Amino acid sequence: MSTMTATAPAVPATPAAHHVAVPISWKAPVAYTVLAVGGLLGFGLSAEAGETSLISIATGAPGLGSPSFELPTLASVIVLGLIQLALAGWAWRRASQRAKAGIWLPAVFGVALVISFLLWAVAGRGYAIQFTSLLSGALFLSVPLVFGALAGCVCEHVGVINVAIEGQLLAGAFLAAVVGSATGNPWLGLICAPLAGALVGALLALFAVRYWVDHIIVGIVLNVLVTGLTSYLFSTVLSNNTAVFSNPTQLPRWPIPLLSQIPVLGPVLFDQNVLVYLMYIAVAAFHVMLFKSRWGLRMRACGEHPKAADTVGIKVNATRIRNTILGGAVAGLGGAYFTVAAGLAFGKEMSAGRGFIALAAMILGGWKPKGAILAALLFGFADNLQNALGVVGVAIPSQFMLMAPYLVTVFAVAGLVGRVRAPAAEGVAYKG
Amino acid sequence: MTTAAETPAVRAAANKPSDQPSRFRGALAKAFNGSVATSVLAVVVALVVGAILILAADRDVQRSAAYLFARPGDFFGAVWDAVAGAYSALFQGAVFNISSSYTVGQFFNPLWDTIAMSVPLIFAGLGLGIGFRAGLFNIGAQGQIVFGAILCGYIGFSWHLPVGLHLLLCLLGAVVGGAVWGFIPGFLKAKTGANEVIVTIMLNSVAGFFLGWLLTLAAFRKPGSNNPVSPAVDATARFPSFFGTAVNLGFVLAAAAAVGVWWLMERSTLGFRIRAVGANQDAARTAGMSVAASTVWVMVIAGALAGLAATSQLLASPEQQLNADIAGTFGFDAITVALLGRSRPLGTVLAGLLFGGLRAGGYLMQASTGTPIDVILVLQSVIVLLIAAPPLVKAIFRLPDPERRRQKESKRAKSGLAAEVAA
Amino acid sequence: MRLELRQITKRFGSFVANDAIDLVVEPGQIHALLGENGAGKSTLMNVLFGLYAADGGEILLDGQPVRFSGPGEAMAAGIGMVHQHFMLVPVFSVAENVAMGHEPAKALGLIDLPKSRALVKEISERFHFDVDPDAMVEDLPVGAQQRVEIIKALSRQAKILILDEPTAVLTPQETDELMAIMRQLKAAGTSIVFITHKLREVQAVADAITVIRLGKVVGSAAPTASQTELASLMVGRSVGLGVAKAPAEPGPKALEVSDLSLVEPSGLTSLDDVSFAVARGEILAVAGVQGNGQTELTQVLLGLRHPTAGSIRLDGRELAGLSVREVLDYGVGFVPEDRSKDGMVASFTIAENLVLDQVSAAPFSKAGALDIGAIADNASRQIEQFDVRTRGVDTPIGTLSGGNQQKVVLARELSRDLRLFIASQPTRGLDVGSIEFIHARIVEERDKGTPVVIVSTELDEVLALADRIAVMYRGRFTGIVPPDTPRDVLGLMMAGVPYEEALAEHKAHAATPGALAAGAAPAVPADPEEGARP
Repeated sequence: MSTMTATAPAVPATPAAHHVAVPISWKAPVAYTVLAVGGLLGFGLSAEAGETSLISIATGAPGLGSPSFELPTLASVIVLGLIQLALAGWAWRRASQRAKAGIWLPAVFGVALVISFLLWAVAGRGYAIQFTSLLSGALFLSVPLVFGALAGCVCEHVGVINVAIEGQLLAGAFLAAVVGSATGNPWLGLICAPLAGALVGALLALFAVRYWVDHIIVGIVLNVLVTGLTSYLFSTVLSNNTAVFSNPTQLPRWPIPLLSQIPVLGPVLFDQNVLVYLMYIAVAAFHVMLFKSRWGLRMRACGEHPKAADTVGIKVNATRIRNTILGGAVAGLGGAYFTVAAGLAFGKEMSAGRGFIALAAMILGGWKPKGAILAALLFGFADNLQNALGVVGVAIPSQFMLMAPYLVTVFAVAGLVGRVRAPAAEGVAYKG
Repeated sequence: MTTAAETPAVRAAANKPSDQPSRFRGALAKAFNGSVATSVLAVVVALVVGAILILAADRDVQRSAAYLFARPGDFFGAVWDAVAGAYSALFQGAVFNISSSYTVGQFFNPLWDTIAMSVPLIFAGLGLGIGFRAGLFNIGAQGQIVFGAILCGYIGFSWHLPVGLHLLLCLLGAVVGGAVWGFIPGFLKAKTGANEVIVTIMLNSVAGFFLGWLLTLAAFRKPGSNNPVSPAVDATARFPSFFGTAVNLGFVLAAAAAVGVWWLMERSTLGFRIRAVGANQDAARTAGMSVAASTVWVMVIAGALAGLAATSQLLASPEQQLNADIAGTFGFDAITVALLGRSRPLGTVLAGLLFGGLRAGGYLMQASTGTPIDVILVLQSVIVLLIAAPPLVKAIFRLPDPERRRQKESKRAKSGLAAEVAA
Repeated sequence: MRLELRQITKRFGSFVANDAIDLVVEPGQIHALLGENGAGKSTLMNVLFGLYAADGGEILLDGQPVRFSGPGEAMAAGIGMVHQHFMLVPVFSVAENVAMGHEPAKALGLIDLPKSRALVKEISERFHFDVDPDAMVEDLPVGAQQRVEIIKALSRQAKILILDEPTAVLTPQETDELMAIMRQLKAAGTSIVFITHKLREVQAVADAITVIRLGKVVGSAAPTASQTELASLMVGRSVGLGVAKAPAEPGPKALEVSDLSLVEPSGLTSLDDVSFAVARGEILAVAGVQGNGQTELTQVLLGLRHPTAGSIRLDGRELAGLSVREVLDYGVGFVPEDRSKDGMVASFTIAENLVLDQVSAAPFSKAGALDIGAIADNASRQIEQFDVRTRGVDTPIGTLSGGNQQKVVLARELSRDLRLFIASQPTRGLDVGSIEFIHARIVEERDKGTPVVIVSTELDEVLALADRIAVMYRGRFTGIVPPDTPRDVLGLMMAGVPYEEALAEHKAHAATPGALAAGAAPAVPADPEEGARP
């Protein structure tokens, strides 16, 4: 009703209300400023003059190896802090113009903040951060998150809330390990992973779409089911036949010729295994198909206004079921990361909550594949940072490093509300 | 469209007094459609699924299956042995133990274990149930238990107080710890609209890491231990147990909490508002109720109850000390308990007892027949899934389901050939 | 294309929504389907469009029997429908909405957007619709959204177009534009089924009229039939006049609203400098086309939203800025426009709903504990006083009929001493009996000396109840006028024309009868359509 009022200028609008204006939201600029100043003071003050930080970067070029750079900590932190302040200033400017700042702003800001933290953390320790391996490790850790977030996107856009990503990852990991190990062929494992995820997706669709059970309930319970099932089979069938099931196989690493030689980025992006490349393809494909294709238009119609979709002859529930299964398959493929991609045997509950983080990444990314991958990379980076700094022996307890992405998500979810919109009919059964 | 949809309902309701066929038939239909029947049948299906899993993993069954056609008797004998063995161990571990019946008290020892096991599930389930009825998906019981445990445990092992007072303060600590951790998502939801599902999931992990960090500190570390465990709680703070059994004051408190929750939801104005907000937020707001206040209250109460779930680990269990796994999976299991109990206090107590029994029996089953306790998770989830989808249960048992049939008929008429799609 | 419906029957449980309905629509004809709210018009069209399966009867297109299992097949057969609630995805562009379901696609299933854009442009230009194919639907005004719906139907080569209550959301002027479009479509050979309960529109545009009452065809008429004839066919009894009410005896001013404004977060203004006063013992009726700020006005009065500027004084106390709780406690009774969304909790019992906004105070609770006895007593008393038909006070209110639900809401709000009574769309979607009852209660409350504000989009209801009429257009009051203001003047005011201009235009038209607007009786509720909504 209110939107209709708001948008009903059938005749040229009389400039009615310049005397009253919408209050501007200053939340984001304030947050940026506080973070920038906090970082500047916190890292700057505790850095002693003359201290230096070592950063080592792999060039990707065969002959050069990984040269180390020595940076003056204080100066670098100040420069980075000023960059952050400038970005915060830009945010103030945009807010005062009631305009939105692009997604690049938080991304660049975050990178600057993290680098200054890194420099501060390793200052004066004479130990170089392996910058390249930090990034490539982060990318690898974010693989299940990206697949999980994509699965979330697909399901939510068609109107089904997928809280069962965790279970889908775990099922994918399990089947990939079992098949890979039984056949001795990691490729077969990779192929089977999506099947397991799809099966969980099919259960989700059955209960949520056909029997109208609350989507969140189904998702949570399916996670328990998959956990129980895989743990049970692990302790019985797998443990009883170690000869067959416990020789982990691993997908080979495939450096892409030429591309992997690009300095810095090459080794990070193009010296990975095939699952990572599949991830690139999946992100690009979903990004385009979700918003530009017939499939995407129809499935999003089911998630936004199912009745409207029905009246133009789109079978809403069939579309929902199909795409929920597809989403499950995507997450299942991501599950292959834990076993055949990482070269590990299956372990109980080895997805360890990644499915929930993937869900958070999807929401942080505003229900879009592009945003989801950025958020997933952030989580992956924080995870890997904790590993890397643990080696250096930084004063900050590792638990706090591990906590960081979760806290970032809490703040982001609290701050982003109202700026991104979930599909209108998600979680609502269509009983047409 | 609204008018079209509204009209039949209007007319149908207006016609109602005239079309009450026989009261008897109504009662019969009710029994079939009733939730009791659905629940029982759901448990039956779950046991069948469990049996299949047990068989799949049983070596004797596998071996005899290889010569199934030569000697079918072997196979079916093995099937019977495996299933009956596992389930009778499950039952004996949960209710009473036939073989070791020296005294009546010992005879029912497993039942006392079941009751003890159910206490944390009941506490946390009660809290989650309030949330569900208020329309909040609180997935955060896990973290709330952790924070309840931190405060309760700290008071328990580092303060040295007289009997009674010490226990009281420990309980209070559990309540406050859980309530604080519940307050955060409630407050964020009320103030910013932050989705409570995401926030509580995140806070579960944060709580886990926080506890992990605390256990690295000297103040929380058992002297002389290299493991991340705290000192044991003082004897002054422990739950008195009844007649030397596993049942202790915790269960009495849980039962009292159930009564309290019933009173809160059915007989208090706060509960009235919570229910109204849960059922129809817009109408509640129009009636002058504060949705934000209701949200915060619900999360605080749910957190406090979840915090109390920690007490049965700290003040009664054999370890009585904080460790990283103090919350186990109680927080998640409690979700299924609340769902199975349909968010009602009595239902939650019964569901808690059922799952407590499965857990208690599961240990014996694992020890005596080698069937891993993980199968219990499968049983639990199948039960909850089926109970949430009564039409599916009816379809499995080919029971009549009037509503579904009407729909199916109209669908069939619509497509002309959709009949074979029916489950 | 010739459409014939034979003996169409549709049941919902024991309720027969359509009872052996026959209908013939000739090619290039505008066929009006006339009937009250709930007569079964929409159900019939949903059967035709394949959304419901008929329990009996058949559909013939050009003499061939057809059977649709879904809207897709109906559209393929050349039937298009513009639903009362638009079937448009708000976050899609016009072109995407039009293309949806039969998208022109390139390789990989990518949508050929230029092609769908061109299609929209072509149809839009052919009928002078002026719709931008790239606009987001949620940004379009209601009238334009309706044109998108028509484009959607035409792009699928619809030979028969069903328009379900298309004028409900339009101003009288937009309604005229729509009628021009309908004539254009007819000239192009499209058959149109025009569903409405507004007699004047039927007379202005229809070639044939079929009247439906309680799910049955009760007659057909030529467009030349008089409004009185049509009205009595539609209502099924001799047409009476509105509620019997004595002239108002206004007391001192009680509610004074001045310079009230509300700006949405999007920056658009939904209330724009609204000022008015209501005296004790007086009914002010706020008229206007749906979506012109009436909802926001009642929300602000109740405290659900806080005004950006302005003041609301009731008996000397400033209400702006108070919470809903405080406003209710001060003595404001409120009946929301959407009963099932805002007025009641469907799963709660009647007894609980009867204390929904008073439960935290005596006598229904004490120190935070409910007094179950007092709540039940109150319920039995109210049920009797308001003649709520139910089996018991513990019945969930969701199982009651709309009329009885509304009586519960009204009983709750009128059961205490009020300083102000606000009711929004108090009789929307109700049967005639309930409407009369509710109108009588509202007048009774006025006669007790309470100031009353009624918001209604039904002009008939406004004319039946008002002691003064405020007309709202795009967040402003175009004027506050006497209750005997002619309909066409009100209609012009609802489109934003100030009172004096509208009156001048009315007088000019009155001299040349025959035009649509002037077809109305010059003054007072002598208008026969009054009978539809007494």
